[in-house]
Amino acid sequence: MKGKLKGILEEKKPAILNAWFTVVAESYAEETAKFLRRQKDPFANPVGRAISKTTEELFDDLLTGPDYETAGIHLDSIIRVRSLQNFTPSSATQFIFSLKSVIRDAIGKDIHESGLEKEMVEFESRIDQLGLVAFDVYMKCREKVYELKSNEFRDRYYNAFRRAGLISEVAATPNLDKSNNMTKAP
Amino acid sequence: MAEELPTPEELISKGYKPPKTAWMDTPVNIRKGMYCYASTPKTVETLGLPNPRNWNPLDDDWQLPDNWKEIVFEGLRERLDKFRSFKLFMDICVRCGACADKCHFFIGTGDPKNMPVLRAELIRSVYRNDFTKAGKILGRLAGARPMTIGVLKEWWYYLFQCSECRRCSVFCPYGIDTAEITIVGREILNLLGLNIDWISAPVANCYRTGNHLGIQPHAYTDMIDFFCEDIEEVTGVKMEPSLNRKGAEILFITPSGDVFADPGTYTAMGYIILFHYLQELGLDITWSTYASEGGNFGFFTSHDTMKRLNAKMFAEAKRLGVKWILGGECGHMWRVIQQYMNTMNGPADFLETPVSPITGTCFENAKSTKMVHIAEFTADLIYHNKLNLDPSRNDNKIVTYHDSCNPARGMGLLDEPRYVINSVCNHFYEMPSNTIREQTFCCGAGSGLNASEDMELRMMGGLPRANAVKYVHEMHGVNMLACVCAIDRAVFPALMEYWVPEVDVTGLHELVANALILPGEKKRTTDLRGEPLPGVEEEDAEE
Ligand code: SF4
Ligand code: SF4
Repeated sequence: MKGKLKGILEEKKPAILNAWFTVVAESYAEETAKFLRRQKDPFANPVGRAISKTTEELFDDLLTGPDYETAGIHLDSIIRVRSLQNFTPSSATQFIFSLKSVIRDAIGKDIHESGLEKEMVEFESRIDQLGLVAFDVYMKCREKVYELKSNEFRDRYYNAFRRAGLISEVAATPNLDKSNNMTKAP
Repeated sequence: MAEELPTPEELISKGYKPPKTAWMDTPVNIRKGMYCYASTPKTVETLGLPNPRNWNPLDDDWQLPDNWKEIVFEGLRERLDKFRSFKLFMDICVRCGACADKCHFFIGTGDPKNMPVLRAELIRSVYRNDFTKAGKILGRLAGARPMTIGVLKEWWYYLFQCSECRRCSVFCPYGIDTAEITIVGREILNLLGLNIDWISAPVANCYRTGNHLGIQPHAYTDMIDFFCEDIEEVTGVKMEPSLNRKGAEILFITPSGDVFADPGTYTAMGYIILFHYLQELGLDITWSTYASEGGNFGFFTSHDTMKRLNAKMFAEAKRLGVKWILGGECGHMWRVIQQYMNTMNGPADFLETPVSPITGTCFENAKSTKMVHIAEFTADLIYHNKLNLDPSRNDNKIVTYHDSCNPARGMGLLDEPRYVINSVCNHFYEMPSNTIREQTFCCGAGSGLNASEDMELRMMGGLPRANAVKYVHEMHGVNMLACVCAIDRAVFPALMEYWVPEVDVTGLHELVANALILPGEKKRTTDLRGEPLPGVEEEDAEE
C-alpha cells in the first residue's frame, strides 16, 4: 500500500491500535477487560499480550501487504485463544471487522477532507479479506481441539498396552505407528 | 445458536460486547468443552455414596433429592464446625482482589467467575445469607444471596473449573486458600451425587483393584516384564525388579499412570533402571501390585474417600514388613501424603524414619509420614557421588522444568528436581520467574479435570504454563518439558501439541536413566524411547 492514506494511518497508528485494543478487550466482561489492559507482564497476562502484539502485527500487515499467509500466522496467536473462549465463531472473529469503524472514528475527517474514500474502501476490502483468513484459522484451531479429544486416550493408554503386547489385534491398526514417539498425535 | 449471531448493525458497530450484568445476576451457562461428564450410577454405588443415577449436566433436572437444600445446609454447617480453616476463609476475605488475576483459569478463560475471590464468593454468598447475622438482615447489600438450583449449578460448574492448585493462596495477604474452599464445596456436591465421571470412575476402580484404571495384578506384572524386555534391548542389561516381596526394606509406590500411560511409561523404566543400578550398593526395594496407585482421586471427592484409598499405602507396607516407603513422581499424591496421611491413617509406628541405605542420609523431613519423594532420594545419591552419569546422552534434549503445583506449593520440593536435572542434562533453561517454583502455573488439568471432553477448559487453563514454555522454546530452543507428576505427563502432550508443538514431555527419572551408566551395559545407541542418542547417527554415517 502507498499513498496518502498510508501516511495518515502510520501517523495515527498508536491511537488506532489503542482503540482497537479496547474493542477487543471489551468483548470480555468488564473486570476482565480491565485486567487485560492493566497487567503488562506478558507471562501474567498472555491474552492481553497476544491482543496487543497481534493487533499491531495485523495493522502492519495491512499497511505493507497484503501477504495473507503471514497475516494468518499472526492471526493464529489470538484466534487460537478466542476459538476456545466463550464466543460464537462470529463474535470470536468480529474484532477484525471492527477495525473499519475504529479507523473511521480516528481519521474519518481526514479521509473525507482529503478525498480518500476510494483508497479507504480498497483498504477496507483488505480487512474483509483478513476476516476470511480468520475463519480458516478458527476452523484449524477447532479441528485441533477435536483431534486432541478423540486421540488422547489412544495415544496415552492404548499405545502403551499395545506395545506391551497386552492387546490382541485382529488386523493391523492403521496409523498407530508413529515412530517411537507415542506422545504425539499424527 | 441463531439468536446468538450478531445483527448486521452489531457487526458494523465497534465490536461484540457481552451483556453487562452483576455477577449474581449472570446465570450460569454450562458450555460443552468446559465440564467433564457426570458420574455414572455404578461408580457412585461402588463407593456407597449418595444419589446414584444417570444424569446429564445439560439437563434442566439434575434429579436431586427433594430435600437437597437441607442437605447442602447441613453439609455446610457440619464442615464449618469441623474445619476451622474453612470457617475462617468464609469470614476473613476483605475482597482486596490480590488473588483475582492469579488463577490460570481466569487468565485463560477471561471468565470473572474464575477469579479465585469470586469462586469463593459463590459459596460465601450463601454462607452469608444463612449463617451470618449481617447477611440475614442486609441480604444482598452484605453480599448474601439465597440458595437456588441456579446457584447450585453455578457451584458445580465453577468448582470443577478449579484445579485446587493453590496458586491464588500465595498472593492472598490473609493466606486464604481457595483450593480448600473448592475441596469442601466439592465434598458438599458429593452429598447430592454431583461428582464427575473422570473422578468417580478412577476412585471406584482404585477402591476395587488398587489403581485408577482398574488394572489387575497380573497385567501390572506383565507391564513391568515388558519394560524389562525393552530396557534390555536398549542397555543390554537384564533387569530383575521384585514385586510384592515380603521382608524388603523399602516399598516403592508410584502413580499407575507411570506404568500404564505414555510417556509416563519411560519414567517407570527409569525407576527400574535406577533400582537395578543401586541393588549392588545395597538397595533392597519392592514394587507392589496391590498398592499399585500412588494417586488418590478420593482427594477430589471427599476427605473420607481420600482416607479410604490412602489406607492401602500403610496397609501394604505393614503386610510386606518394610521399614519405609519410597514414592514416585506424582503431584497430588504428595499433597495427600504430606498434609493428610499421618492424621488420617497414621501414625505408622511400625515403620522407621527413612534412611538411605546407600548414603546413610536420614530423611528427618519424612519422620512422620515415613515416605520419601524419589527426587529427594536421587538428589541425595547424586550429591554423594553414588551415580555414574553421562549427561551428554541427553544432549539432544534442551530441557525446562515445570514445578507441579502440589510438590512445589504443597511440600516445598523446588530445588531437588532442578539439582537432578542439572546433573543428568547439559542443557537446562528456567521459565520466567513468575511462572515457576511457588508461583508455578498449573498444567490446567489437576484435581481430576484431566478428561478429554473438557479439552477446551484444559487448553485455556494450561495457557499461562504453555505460554512460558513457548517463551523458552523461542529463546533457547527448549524441546523438552520435564516434570515430576503423572497428571502432568498425561496432559502436557496435548497442551504442548496445541500451543507449542515442538516441545515433548518427560519425567525426571527418564532423564536420569538415559544418563545412568550401568555396569556391563552394551554401547548404547538409543535413549529409552528408542530414539538415536546424540552423535550416534553421525557416527553411523562415518562408518
Ligand atoms: S486453587 Fe488454583 S485453580 Fe483454584 S482458584 Fe486458586 S488459582 Fe484458581
Ligand atoms: S487475596 Fe485473599 S483477602 Fe484478597 S480477595 Fe483474594 S481471598 Fe480475599
